[in-house]
Amino acid sequence: MRIKGKGIAALTNPVKFSFDGQSYSGFESDTLASALLANDVQLVGRSFKYHRPRGILTAGSEEPNALVTTGRGAARTPNVRATMQEVFDGLEAHSQNNWPSLRTDVMGVNDLLSPFLSAGFYYKTFMWPKSFWEKLYEPIIRHAAGLGALSGQHDTGRYDKAYGFCDLLVIGAGPAGLIAALTAGRAGADVILADENPWLGGRLRAEVEEVGGMSGTDWVAEVAAELSTLPNVRIITRTTVTGVYDQGTYGALERVGLHRATSGDAPLETFWRIVAKRALLCSGALERPIAFRNNDRPGIMTAGAVRAYLNHWGVATGQRVAVFCNNDDAHRTARDLAEAGVEVAALIDTRPDAQASGDFPVFTGAEVVNTGGRLGLSQITIRHQGATQRIDADCLAVSGGWNPSLHLTCHMNGRPTWNDSIAAFVPQPGAAPGLDAAGAALGTFSTKGALKSGFYRAKLALDDLGLKVPEVPIPTSDDSAYVLTPHWTVPGKGRAWLDFQNDVTVKDVKLAAQENFRSVEHMKRYTTQGMATDQGKNSNVSALAVLADATGRSIAETGTTTFRPPYTPVSIAAMGAGAHGHGFAPERFTTSHAVSVERAAPMIEAGLWFRPSYFPRPGETTWRQSCDREVNMVRTAVGICDVSTLGKIDIQGRNAAEFLDFVYINTFSTLKEGRVRYGLMLREDGHVMDDGTTARLGQNHYVMTTTTAAAGAVMKHLEFVHQCLRPDWDLQMISVTEQWAQFAVAGPRSREVLNAVLDAPIDDQGFAFMACGEVGVMGTRGRLFRISFSGEHAYEVAVPARYGDSLFRLLVTHAEAMGGGAYGMEALNVLRIEKGHITHAEIHGRTTAFDIGFARMVSAKKDCIGQTMAARPGLTGPEREQLVGLRPVGVVKQLTAGAHLFNADAEAVRVNDQGYVTSVGYSPTLGHFLGLGFLKNGRARHGETIRMVDHLRGLDVICEVTDPVSVDPEGGRLRG
Amino acid sequence: MAKLIAKKPCEGLLPIAAGDCSLTEVTPEAITSIAPAKGKEKSVSDALKKAHGMVFPAPNRATGKEGSRLIWTGRGQAFLVGPMPKAIAGAAMTDQSDAWAVLRLEGATAEDVLARLVPVDLRAATFKRGHTARTMLFHMSCSITRIGATAFDIMVFRSMANTAVHELSTAMKSVAAQAR
Repeated sequence: MRIKGKGIAALTNPVKFSFDGQSYSGFESDTLASALLANDVQLVGRSFKYHRPRGILTAGSEEPNALVTTGRGAARTPNVRATMQEVFDGLEAHSQNNWPSLRTDVMGVNDLLSPFLSAGFYYKTFMWPKSFWEKLYEPIIRHAAGLGALSGQHDTGRYDKAYGFCDLLVIGAGPAGLIAALTAGRAGADVILADENPWLGGRLRAEVEEVGGMSGTDWVAEVAAELSTLPNVRIITRTTVTGVYDQGTYGALERVGLHRATSGDAPLETFWRIVAKRALLCSGALERPIAFRNNDRPGIMTAGAVRAYLNHWGVATGQRVAVFCNNDDAHRTARDLAEAGVEVAALIDTRPDAQASGDFPVFTGAEVVNTGGRLGLSQITIRHQGATQRIDADCLAVSGGWNPSLHLTCHMNGRPTWNDSIAAFVPQPGAAPGLDAAGAALGTFSTKGALKSGFYRAKLALDDLGLKVPEVPIPTSDDSAYVLTPHWTVPGKGRAWLDFQNDVTVKDVKLAAQENFRSVEHMKRYTTQGMATDQGKNSNVSALAVLADATGRSIAETGTTTFRPPYTPVSIAAMGAGAHGHGFAPERFTTSHAVSVERAAPMIEAGLWFRPSYFPRPGETTWRQSCDREVNMVRTAVGICDVSTLGKIDIQGRNAAEFLDFVYINTFSTLKEGRVRYGLMLREDGHVMDDGTTARLGQNHYVMTTTTAAAGAVMKHLEFVHQCLRPDWDLQMISVTEQWAQFAVAGPRSREVLNAVLDAPIDDQGFAFMACGEVGVMGTRGRLFRISFSGEHAYEVAVPARYGDSLFRLLVTHAEAMGGGAYGMEALNVLRIEKGHITHAEIHGRTTAFDIGFARMVSAKKDCIGQTMAARPGLTGPEREQLVGLRPVGVVKQLTAGAHLFNADAEAVRVNDQGYVTSVGYSPTLGHFLGLGFLKNGRARHGETIRMVDHLRGLDVICEVTDPVSVDPEGGRLRG
Repeated sequence: MAKLIAKKPCEGLLPIAAGDCSLTEVTPEAITSIAPAKGKEKSVSDALKKAHGMVFPAPNRATGKEGSRLIWTGRGQAFLVGPMPKAIAGAAMTDQSDAWAVLRLEGATAEDVLARLVPVDLRAATFKRGHTARTMLFHMSCSITRIGATAFDIMVFRSMANTAVHELSTAMKSVAAQAR
């Protein structure tokens, strides 16, 4: 119910929203919780386990009960806290965890079964038979228990990630945070002030208090106005700092568009990573309930929340409100309600000596022992002076004291200490490097105390930062002492709730202790207290107190569980912002990408690169038809293939030749200028790292090529070798992969195609196999290499990338005129398998130069990386699996990569394994499948019959072991 | 004989604008990597000063001015961005003109846009005009140089120009939509 004239929030822009299909009205400044309470809606959800009716407990981000689902379809978001969701025109919210409806939830039967559902019930009951747990019990239990459900569709919402940097991060904009930000702002520090509410002021907006001779709200407005004039202060509201990480990094979640019907190009949320030289935690404190029988009924709330709804939103949370507390602070609730004209049914204080007066019944030394009402509170039972009596009330404001919101100080493994005077944990100094706490977060609860603390802690930070501390007078304000007597539970029969979100009662915690789960961490896991979205913010200390009592220890001795990030739930979508779908990784396009797409070539991803699989022609219905044609084209005419994705590394310097000799197993210092040589490099452990060709362009100038997949790794390796192993060498390296568009022109008619585009035609003598040099390509300076991966007479021609598109089109046109054309990765693969060339399918990290048959390439005249380690026992010899070719000779003609090899007469089981297949392809040149693979002592077994078994695809094939090179082993084609 | 047709790295992608930010493509005549040989750092710097009017930059710095800059790009390496290079004795030089897309982000909220993609501190007080960084633009490596109070030059691999423009345009639109 809204009270006219109450509330400092702007109650001017009315909006319509719906909850469970029912339409309601509220104001733009409302949260869903305040708007529902203004509409007298108390029942908002069902509890996790027992499906008990639940209402709004708090007015902040710690809310355990009022979790709703907002939106619909792909935009549906479950477990939204109604206390944080601002209403807007058209907001649709639904209650969770009930069927068929919130008011009539059949799973409420669980509540009747509660004697059987206590802590540990599932562990004890559903153990046998073992297999039933995963298949039967767990799904049923999960169905019955739970929170909201995901939509099951891709989240189409926009999210952002962002980075922030500052000198001082102030977390929370209550009195302590505001004065800290003001102090640091005036000092000229770069300040980020983050608050999870849409407004500044913290509790000052929830209380009736004077600060500096004006209303708390006016003081907040004054400070906010000054802060907004300071260019070095950045205020981000609706932003919860969720985690503390290494090097002064803080995670924070900003709700950017969640309070709007549509956010356009703006994100729903932004996940911030803020790097701060210093941070000050001014996050205030959270009020804790008292556990008594049936203390979870809708209408029972924290006393501070009742004041917040009244003073901030002008909402009375009931018509007849009772207050139950163990401290003076909560008396304000009765006072404020009475002043607003709301009937106060009773003020019940557990302390016999409590001082309270007002125009309402006061019971000191009294307790609430039970409550009544079906879907909401209608009555409470109190025990006072040995007798019980019933009092009608539709709202009960409860306060068991306040717990500092110190969670962030524990994220770097800091432990809080127990403070007896406030019966709460407080942060330890230096708990997280660079992070200090002030105000209520430090256990200083009065406004005056918070202001002083905020200023003082900001001063310390400024001292650290070497900045001069400005004058900031502490305004006059409330400084009343925080007086309480701990009162955790009300003894008696029946269930008294500690953790509302997980349905954990006092009895459950006692049972845990009784069953010897006495460590606080064990109790937590046994009872599930402190888990799920609220992470025990409301229940943690009370549950510890019960455990301490049950185990005969003090709370300080009992200790607390560990607080870990995030402080409040963070959408995975926000953390993964921008990285869904195509955003997962950058897409690298070659200069011929547009042509390939125009020609309808399906793309495959090679690392980040997009490369064409094949170029389908009219009438071709399968990839094999295109692939076979492209292979034939290269073998009989000419093919064009974009090979720009191969890594190209420009290496210059006086020691370039020695360097190459050191990283390659073979020698490059002897390579003549204008020539290219194939090279193989090893890792330090002696296994093959990569292969490729390297051209010598000048005395001290080489260009190395790497495979596409290992381009980055090889560059890193070369840098390592230079910087760490041979820093004495004069050497300069840089990647030129992106500079050149490079195309393979392969086939018997390759030279004809090239001569159509070269400024000066080449011939066989002038440009022999493995020659390289500068050429003019239609007036552009390019490079030409006579190298071949296909086994054909072939070249690779390179031009600056800007001309790549143009040259590729021309080459393809010329090739097509000669019965050739473009070929893709599939044909490239078949061609190299026919020729027995290796790729990373063969040099996969576990093979040596010996294994692939390149042992003789290792130069004995010099040392190279990996040479010594490759000579270790076990890395050479007949026991090694060695590269061989495979050809099906039995009934089944298909080969598959990944299949294993067995002796023809052996059973196809692991212990009989003889090797495996790495690459396969159908060779149109030979008319049958070809494979490459590794076989024990394979080089000595050419001609043998071996069995290939693919257990996954159900294939059993008799093969002949062959030399890896199946086409043109003499190399006659290469030389034209 | 016909000539090959040149294509810009961001052909058909730029310019774009959102809010108070614009993203345009810069097409320097040449980009040349310059890496002094061992012990030649000083003489190369002197030669550059003589040939191009600017010294070899310190790490994370750029020298020169609009149209002709030397941008530090790594250990013992800088890019001459702008003019065709003159021969510099004692330095390894490679042509990088076609390897990079150069994007210019300009506008009052340019820092906010980059804060959505770049993990380093680009605040004007710490990242001043003439400062440069090798860092990440979301998932891709890049070089960022502040060339003015509200302007940055961003270099990314040519092959990733498409993604870079997409990321920047999304961030620009996001910041524009959040301006109040």
